Amino acid sequence: MQSPNQYKNPSTNKGLESSNDFVRKIAEGKYKYGFTTNIHTDIIKQGLSEATIRLISEKKQEPDWLLEFRLKAYRHWLTMDMPTWAHLNIPNIDYQAISYYAAPQKKKAPSSLEEVDPELIKTFNKLGIPLEEQMSLSGMAVDAVMDSISVKTTYKEHLIEKGIIFCSFNEAVQEHPDLVKKYLGSVVSYRDNFFAALNSAVFSDGSFVYIPKGVRCPMELSTYFRINAQGTGQFERTLIVADDESYVSYLEGCTAPMRDENQLHAAIVEIIVHDYAEVKYSTVQNWYPGDIEGKGGVYNFVTKRGNCLGKSSKLSWTQVETGSAITWKYPSCILTGDDASAEFYSVAVTNNHQQADTGTKMIHLGRNTKSTIISKGISAGHSQNAYRGLVRVAPNAEGARNYSQCDSLLLGSQCGAHTFPYMDIHNETAIVEHEATTSKINEDQIFYCNQRGISTEDAIGLIVNGYAKEVLNKLPMEFAVEAQKLLSISLEGSIG
Amino acid sequence: MKAEKQYIDIFTLYEDTICRLSAEPLNTPRAKAFADFKHLGFPTRKDEKYKYTDIRSLFEPDYGLNLNRLDIPVNPYEVFKCDVPNMSTALHFIVNDVFYNKVPAASSMHLPQGVIVGSLKETAKENPQIVKPFYAKLANTANDAITAINTMFAQDGLFIYVPDNTIIEKPIQIINILRSDVNFMANRRILIIMGENARAQLLLCDHAMDNVNFLATQVSEIYVGRGATLHLYELEETHTSSVRLANCHVWQEENSNVLLNGITLHNGTTRNTTQVTLNGPHAELGFYGMAIADKNQHVDNNTFVDHAASDCTSNELFKYVLDEHATGAFAGLALVRPGAQHTHSQQTNRNLCATREARMWTQPQLEIYADDVKCSHGATVGQLDENALFYMRTRGISEREARLLLMFAFVNEVIDHIRMDALKDRLHLLVEKRFRGELNKCQGCAICK
Amino acid sequence: MLEIKDLHANINGKEILKGINLTIRPGEVHAIMGPNGSGKSTLSAVLVGNPAYKVTHGSITFYGKDLLQLSPEDRSHEGIFLSFQYPVEIPGVSMVNFMRTAVNEHRKYKGQPPLSASEFLKLMREKRAIVELDNKLANRFVNEGFSGGEKKRNEIFQMAMLEPRLSILDETDSGLDIDALRIVAEGVNKLKTPETSTIVITHYQRLLDYIKPDIVHVLYKGQIVRTAGPELALELERKGYDWIKEEVGE
Repeated sequence: MQSPNQYKNPSTNKGLESSNDFVRKIAEGKYKYGFTTNIHTDIIKQGLSEATIRLISEKKQEPDWLLEFRLKAYRHWLTMDMPTWAHLNIPNIDYQAISYYAAPQKKKAPSSLEEVDPELIKTFNKLGIPLEEQMSLSGMAVDAVMDSISVKTTYKEHLIEKGIIFCSFNEAVQEHPDLVKKYLGSVVSYRDNFFAALNSAVFSDGSFVYIPKGVRCPMELSTYFRINAQGTGQFERTLIVADDESYVSYLEGCTAPMRDENQLHAAIVEIIVHDYAEVKYSTVQNWYPGDIEGKGGVYNFVTKRGNCLGKSSKLSWTQVETGSAITWKYPSCILTGDDASAEFYSVAVTNNHQQADTGTKMIHLGRNTKSTIISKGISAGHSQNAYRGLVRVAPNAEGARNYSQCDSLLLGSQCGAHTFPYMDIHNETAIVEHEATTSKINEDQIFYCNQRGISTEDAIGLIVNGYAKEVLNKLPMEFAVEAQKLLSISLEGSIG
Repeated sequence: MKAEKQYIDIFTLYEDTICRLSAEPLNTPRAKAFADFKHLGFPTRKDEKYKYTDIRSLFEPDYGLNLNRLDIPVNPYEVFKCDVPNMSTALHFIVNDVFYNKVPAASSMHLPQGVIVGSLKETAKENPQIVKPFYAKLANTANDAITAINTMFAQDGLFIYVPDNTIIEKPIQIINILRSDVNFMANRRILIIMGENARAQLLLCDHAMDNVNFLATQVSEIYVGRGATLHLYELEETHTSSVRLANCHVWQEENSNVLLNGITLHNGTTRNTTQVTLNGPHAELGFYGMAIADKNQHVDNNTFVDHAASDCTSNELFKYVLDEHATGAFAGLALVRPGAQHTHSQQTNRNLCATREARMWTQPQLEIYADDVKCSHGATVGQLDENALFYMRTRGISEREARLLLMFAFVNEVIDHIRMDALKDRLHLLVEKRFRGELNKCQGCAICK
Repeated sequence: MLEIKDLHANINGKEILKGINLTIRPGEVHAIMGPNGSGKSTLSAVLVGNPAYKVTHGSITFYGKDLLQLSPEDRSHEGIFLSFQYPVEIPGVSMVNFMRTAVNEHRKYKGQPPLSASEFLKLMREKRAIVELDNKLANRFVNEGFSGGEKKRNEIFQMAMLEPRLSILDETDSGLDIDALRIVAEGVNKLKTPETSTIVITHYQRLLDYIKPDIVHVLYKGQIVRTAGPELALELERKGYDWIKEEVGE
């Protein structure tokens, strides 16, 4: 008679072994987008001072009010310290060793595809971005941001007919200064946090979107971000304004080359949603995560926030996070208007030595506001993956409703999964629910797949994709395919 | 630094007195505690761990301390009618922070051989070898100012020792009585050592007798040996001018089983910080708490369950009912350390807010470093189920009565985890009285009679 | 006993009842039938005072009292009982505690002293037998974990405990197998007295095989479009509702 402890099911054991084997293999997975592009880049000297900021502003021929905004932000940044509350181990960052402006060199802004540096087009083709208009018949307007500069916006003319503005941030500053001035910093103040202050001081470009009243944007708007030049930081800024009864779906993709040193990415996204308008913001983040030893990789410190300002306004964040060495990111919603609603759907995958502290904030101010949070964390290798979220219901937010669900899946015994939700409820009519579970991948499921002839690797891929389905389904079609591929690259490194 | 200064001054002036009227094992850690306190200062709401209760402001007022161990005139048997009477328990009293040793032999039941239930100071004097290896070991003064200040000033408290393989059948009841004519601060200390396979049940009740401001700090260190079982119930029934700051550390060895049940029935400001370390495999923890608060009452429970060994189970459930201007906070961390495989950890926090002014913060946390685990937590803030209310009304139950029934049902989930029937019945009654507004002050208090 | 005049009611601004007229005398059994969405359940909800529904016009009197002025609990005290189509589960509240509170509040309304614990348990035992309700169910939380049939039996058990003057059975037959249906219907019949009345809301004839109606109404689009004897129910069973729809001009 064997004691239960001694008894081991040989088949389960085998599954375990091969799953460990798999985990080891995926830990060796390669980063697919790690090429650099050989193009001339206009980089300013490393270091940060008021002079740097004046130089950036001058290079971009900015109006005085914007320079003032930058300088105020810089002076405020000097008084701030790096936040340390996140469940992250952030090495010291030497902010003087970074170049705050790197632009692909060119004589003047390209007006047609022929004028864009062919190397650059090759880069974007490698990334699979439908930069060329013939290729973007799939119905996506693309703004590509290389290092910090927006290089090409497709489909612009088509959008202009509808009154939609979709252009680089610099262009918006020049051509729509009133709109930019009105909304810049209205959701994320330069005083908001350390990285927001830094971005406000040195941001170099980004995307600007304005959807006029009553207009449904007929296509997905998309920005691809790529850090290319060495020793630079990327500090872009995205500003999206959806006027009354308008609708837009916006996609953001990110890649970076493989480099040994760490690159800093500190972006700001601001979204303003007016009465009865709806904005969907989807991100597939695949910055270089560093190598298997944790060397190199992007530090992704991003402030994303939307204000559902209008009545019955709606904002939806969907993110698939597979990249970056360190992620510090909390796409948030302020539900100001009555009956406003917000959603946050997230899949965060960490592998090797990646660290992620990500989640959301839902601030309920208006009456009958609703928010939903679905977060799926997947940790492998030696990584640390944390969900951090806040749900606050203000005293006057009558009838507020929140539902949060945060699940973590652990692959391997060296990684960590953490959940830190905060709830601050100041209204007795609120109903706020939070649920979280953490579990390992179900061996019975793997065994069941094995029995049906599916390899353990494929089985894990299937299970992980199924686990993330709820979030992946929220992505627009074009992106969902890419996101699934990315999950495969991040976790199925040995396959294909 | 005004708040800190008065305690630094008092300690500097009276250190000799404090030590002279205590015992050597309690005196040893004072110097380090003092150094730690000077370094730490009182926490404020900027400290993540104390963000829901402003500790410094609680220590700012002047309080009297009984460092000279003066006999405060009290006959607990005369002035005190506990709300949990006739439980057939071994009854003991702690007046402020002094173990009351005038217990008539009749009420002290016969305890098995080797069991000690008594004054911490006296035991430490008589048997320092039992106390010393355990005192001020779990409760680290380096990272908590409340523990530091308690360690500086504590001169006495409760000591319980249950030898290996010893079972105490009847529950032991300890009544903490706050009794003073002036605003008063008590620093109480509790040390419990459960030997291997020992079993005991303990009920600790807090009462305030006089209508002055009380501040009581209490640091408990509880060791539960292999295969031992301890059920610990804490029931707070004080008044709105009382502050309770209780830090409790529980250390569980292999196969041990601990039930903690903390009930805040009536209070002023309460902060309970509880840390349980599951240090041996197959240890089990049931951890339950409940708070009913109205007026300006404040209840803050900060819990930390540390799964340091494999195959342990923890079940945690806290429920709050907040009415009027009451504020409540719950922060619960479950940590699963590397290698703590087959951990089962479940945590639930459910809260009812009855008014606009009532405010609830809740912060469940999971930190997990092992993969073969099942962990979950859930938290809700909401109101009573409107459909259930309506259903009950169609059966002729008035809205008020229906609400009360649903509120009992809500908190009874916690009471039902009590494994002492007399206490369970008594609490059902007390909770009902509390909800009906018939328990506005501690029934046992001299001032409420 | 019950008189409904030109009753209009809506939920979330959507008008469901559009002028209901109905008179019920002591001892009568009325069946209200109609296709899905015709307003049958809304009528029962309005009769017991569900706050989700707003009465915009019309009146309901019960033994001369203005029912619309009474709270749900006072309507219950006056003797109106609804057997819910979907009885709610109330975790943590035991059936015994729930029923004792209800019975004693009814007694208080009538100026009677509350029942002692032993009297109450005796009453529970007697009434439980009527619907063959298991003792175990009575010791559980209200409706929690009950099967569909158990829930419906529990509703009739409560009816027995509270002895209403007017019982409304809202789709009590739905989800019941034939044995459960028989037990429930027999329970209802045992409780029937010459003074008490019943409204049976149902989609099908089969419940009416057991509980014989005196009068059958057809409710359609928020109005009673036809009233006749028991033969109407049989006709509906045979021909469906389409001919009614045609007749009212669809």
